[in-house]
Amino acid sequence: MSQPIVDVSNLTVVFSGGRVPVKAVNGVDLKIAAGDAVALLGESGSGKSVTLRALMRLLPEKTARIEADRMTVAGQTVLDLPKQDLTRYRGGIVSMIFQEPALALDPVYTLGDQIAETVVRHEGVSFSEGRKRALDLFERVRIPSPQRRLEAYPHEMSGGMRQRAMIALALACQPKVLLADEPTTALDATVQIQILLLLRELQRELGLAIIFVTHDIGAAVEIADRIAVMYAGRIVEEGPVRTLIREPRHPYTIGLLKSRAHGAMAKGGRLETIPGSPPDLAALPPGCAFAPRCTFVADSCATIQPPVVQISPDHAVRCLQTDATQNAAPKLIEQD
Amino acid sequence: MLSYIGRRIVYALPIMLGVSLACFALVHIAPGDPLVSVLPADASEALRQQMMVLYGFDRSYLEQFALWLFRAAQGDLGTSIASGRSVSSEVMRAVGNTLILAITATFIGFLFGLLFGFVAGYFRDTWIDKSASVLSVIGVSVPHYWLGMVLVIIFSAQLNWLPATGMGPTGSAGWQMDWVHFQHILLPALTMSVIPMGIIARTIRALVAEILNQDFVQALRAKGLGELGVFTHVVKNAAPTALAVMGLQLGYLLGGSILIETVFSWPGTGFLLNSAIFQRDLPLLQGTILVLALFFVALNLVVDVVQSFLDPRIQRA
Ligand SMILES: Nc1ncnc2c1ncn2[C@@H]1O[C@H](COP(=O)(O)OP(=O)(O)O)[C@@H](O)[C@H]1O
Ligand SMILES: [Mg+2]
Repeated sequence: MSQPIVDVSNLTVVFSGGRVPVKAVNGVDLKIAAGDAVALLGESGSGKSVTLRALMRLLPEKTARIEADRMTVAGQTVLDLPKQDLTRYRGGIVSMIFQEPALALDPVYTLGDQIAETVVRHEGVSFSEGRKRALDLFERVRIPSPQRRLEAYPHEMSGGMRQRAMIALALACQPKVLLADEPTTALDATVQIQILLLLRELQRELGLAIIFVTHDIGAAVEIADRIAVMYAGRIVEEGPVRTLIREPRHPYTIGLLKSRAHGAMAKGGRLETIPGSPPDLAALPPGCAFAPRCTFVADSCATIQPPVVQISPDHAVRCLQTDATQNAAPKLIEQD
Repeated sequence: MLSYIGRRIVYALPIMLGVSLACFALVHIAPGDPLVSVLPADASEALRQQMMVLYGFDRSYLEQFALWLFRAAQGDLGTSIASGRSVSSEVMRAVGNTLILAITATFIGFLFGLLFGFVAGYFRDTWIDKSASVLSVIGVSVPHYWLGMVLVIIFSAQLNWLPATGMGPTGSAGWQMDWVHFQHILLPALTMSVIPMGIIARTIRALVAEILNQDFVQALRAKGLGELGVFTHVVKNAAPTALAVMGLQLGYLLGGSILIETVFSWPGTGFLLNSAIFQRDLPLLQGTILVLALFFVALNLVVDVVQSFLDPRIQRA
């Protein structure tokens, strides 16, 4: 990979607001090339949203302690940005779209005004100039009768249209990186597909790098070039989509694939879920956080933090039992 | 839009009718002879009957109500038994005086209420928030006639800085915009402003804290807005609710405060009500209550309409 546009090394986030500190992110490494789409996959509570928010410095300053050996986005050292540059960075270099567009858009401003405001803020152009940009963007994300929709308030649009508007807003100032936090989770299945297709198309056209957070492997496969699987605040496996689907090596990834309904259901088999529950982030074990739920577990797993094992140049796993997991991949995907 | 306002006015009509009925009934339910204050104690029965006819007290309640309503609709609220002057002119003068006091108090109360509320909401759970909250709790819980008297003791009796009572220097007719009159209004207005200040501060604090907790605020930061930009959005989101609360408070203040106006001898509606009650001046009492109640209805109407234009989510159809 030449100069990666997102380069994160050993990112940790600890929340100290409550009674005990919560270790939400525990050493995330992530490199993304310009124009690449990476899916961040994991159960709810695994630290996906916190990772994205750390990248935008959106976490509450008082309670969240963010540390990283390196965290640069488009050459900017995120954690060192002064306030002034931070507002230019947000929306200008990195943008975010949220799970619930209904909640993420200001309810008392029209959509057109919300976009125009952003353009004015970043580019210092006139408000009417900003409105013109908003119209272009609405056409770009294929909102029907865009002129009229610019005057609409968020509550007057359907969920899918709102998410399109949110995407338009995020792209208003030509960011290089788009952070998408479960952008399709709140939508109907058919609308989900449309939004995914739209995102992929925009990503290719605009050369955007995307971090797409999801807990749905299907969505990840649909949109991403690479998948990073997250568990208890760590990336436990990362590689190209095909590799991860066909030859997963981390027991958690294998479990996730098995729990996918597709093949198993078609055959009338039972849907396999990963037994046990996610770990308590306030009291993580010294060894592998997945060990208590792992079917491949060995004694060493409880005491040693698994180092990164490079299966191939672009496929990395954090697991001590990679030999045992070699041929354990479920044969579900072939039948898709 | 005009049709919306028109419809709201039509909806308000039955409320107004109900209010008038309540005013009328309230006064007539009260026990006692309405003529006791105008007749000498040894008045003959014949004279009493004559007065009853003169004031219309001999007719049935329904007749009295219909007649009173009919006249009231034309602006004629009858004649004050105690002073012999027309009730509407007495009430209007008092309303004017109360308005002056209420608007000054409103201005002070809203200004500080909004200020404390926004600051406390923005810096929630810091010492700034706690001090502002303590101030507003004191504001709503201190009995204001007591506060009024304390202020009079300090600033009038002890320091001799401000006059204790009245609306202006003796002999001045009505309100004027000058320093002397301003000195007269300062203490009553300050006393009166304390309650709306406390209520508004507490409402706005909760409102701002709730708005800041919503996802869209983080989204605003994510698109690169600075604190000032975010603040603008918070204000616009808080405006409809803030306005409703302020409208209600303004309504209470316009009703005048019997206690405050009595403590400071301010010739407003509260003062007027007080004397009407003690003199058993039925027409004056009725008229004053009616005007105040209608004022309240009208104010609510205005607040509703303005609110619907500030908040796009309120259905106007
Ligand atoms: N502002 C916060 N303060 C304290 N804890 C937080 C905060 N935000 C997230 N967390 C905790 O961090 C953990 C990871 O959360 P999150 O990143 O939202 O998970 P997800 O992978 O579902 O997006 C959760 O246990 C959550 O409770
Ligand atoms: Mg999340």
